[in-house]
Amino acid sequence: MKEIVLSTENFDTIISNPDIPVTLVDFWAPWCGPCKMMGPIVESLAEKMTDVQVGTLNVDEYSEIAQKYNILSIPTFMIFKNGNIIDQFSGTMPVDVLENRVRQHLG
Amino acid sequence: MSVQDVLIIGSGPAGYTAAIYAGRAGLSSFLFEGGEPGGQLMTTTEVENFPGFPLGILGPELMQQYRKQAERFGTHIQNEIITSIDFVERHFVLHTSQNAYEGSSVIIATGASSKWLHVPGEEIYRTRGVSVCATCDGFFFKGKNVGVVGGGDAALEEALFLARFVNRVTIFVRRDELRASKIMQERAKENPKIIFSWNTEVLEIIGDGQKLTKIRLVNNQTQEQNTLDLDGLFIAIGHKPNSEIFQGILDLDPQGYIKCESGTTKTSKEGIFAAGDVIDHRYRQAITAAGMGCMAALDAERWLSSQQKIY
Repeated sequence: MKEIVLSTENFDTIISNPDIPVTLVDFWAPWCGPCKMMGPIVESLAEKMTDVQVGTLNVDEYSEIAQKYNILSIPTFMIFKNGNIIDQFSGTMPVDVLENRVRQHLG
Repeated sequence: MSVQDVLIIGSGPAGYTAAIYAGRAGLSSFLFEGGEPGGQLMTTTEVENFPGFPLGILGPELMQQYRKQAERFGTHIQNEIITSIDFVERHFVLHTSQNAYEGSSVIIATGASSKWLHVPGEEIYRTRGVSVCATCDGFFFKGKNVGVVGGGDAALEEALFLARFVNRVTIFVRRDELRASKIMQERAKENPKIIFSWNTEVLEIIGDGQKLTKIRLVNNQTQEQNTLDLDGLFIAIGHKPNSEIFQGILDLDPQGYIKCESGTTKTSKEGIFAAGDVIDHRYRQAITAAGMGCMAALDAERWLSSQQKIY
């Protein structure tokens, strides 16, 4: 699936999508070097996975969402299931590590 | 998969420069990006002292240029972490969590990673107020009070960056003087938002379960302890070489740096070369790492031809 660009308008709807309950969210900003390295990795994971939604949230543009989820470091990844946070981790990692972390929460 | 002439571990200035030189020498190569793709420059902002960029260049941008240049000369860049190394007949084998790669020679450019304080609370509040990257995380502390631990150039760089938008930066220095260069000391001391706390060590990081709220400090001269309310703590106390997986395979010095034959990049194992911060505790610059990456590729090329391993 294609990566979803998240915003204040669609955030809650996407993370509670009843058809695809698991969503990976990448909290990032354009000035963050490690986030830039993770960008293409997250995008390639989105394209590969069909049973998970992958979204990106620019914390610069939507700081109210970053605040709501207590983001104090980026890149931070959160995995939501039916709108609830079920996993959270930060930093750079290879694509297989990210994929395995997401797959743990499927099925 | 066919045997590569050279396998390069690491994606900082040393690794990419080795890849550029290996590629131009006609050597086939794979480069493994590792856990921190792009290396330490990815967590910096403006690099002012890299020759060729008179107006400075952003660290992450510089690394993207390195990467493009390495790709241009044919290196296969793998987004994987090498977890172990062994030898099969005349080849080296590098293992990742899923794959194995064979090469006639290896260049280690795994660099160094930030040191942590290893005090109670640090692990819990890491990414929740405790950070080793002001350029990544500083943004979340606009108008807040933060601390920086350390007395070198890196600590002052973090403090000066944070001072642009936080309310106050307190620098906790273990000694009563700074190790940092004169120009950085002057900049920091002139900045009205920066204050210094000398002879001070952090004992504990305390929070509310969600995020850091204060730290406990000790004055190492008087042994007097106190707590200080803080919103963020940035740790800049130096780096340790990423050489764990080579323990028992290569000679390391007591600090864990890989030992090389003087003036070369040859490690204690024939066919394995090393470059950059994983061998260098003295200079630790992007430009010196790049220089060593170049040396490693040239050393590897010569060794391969002496072994008649280039077919």
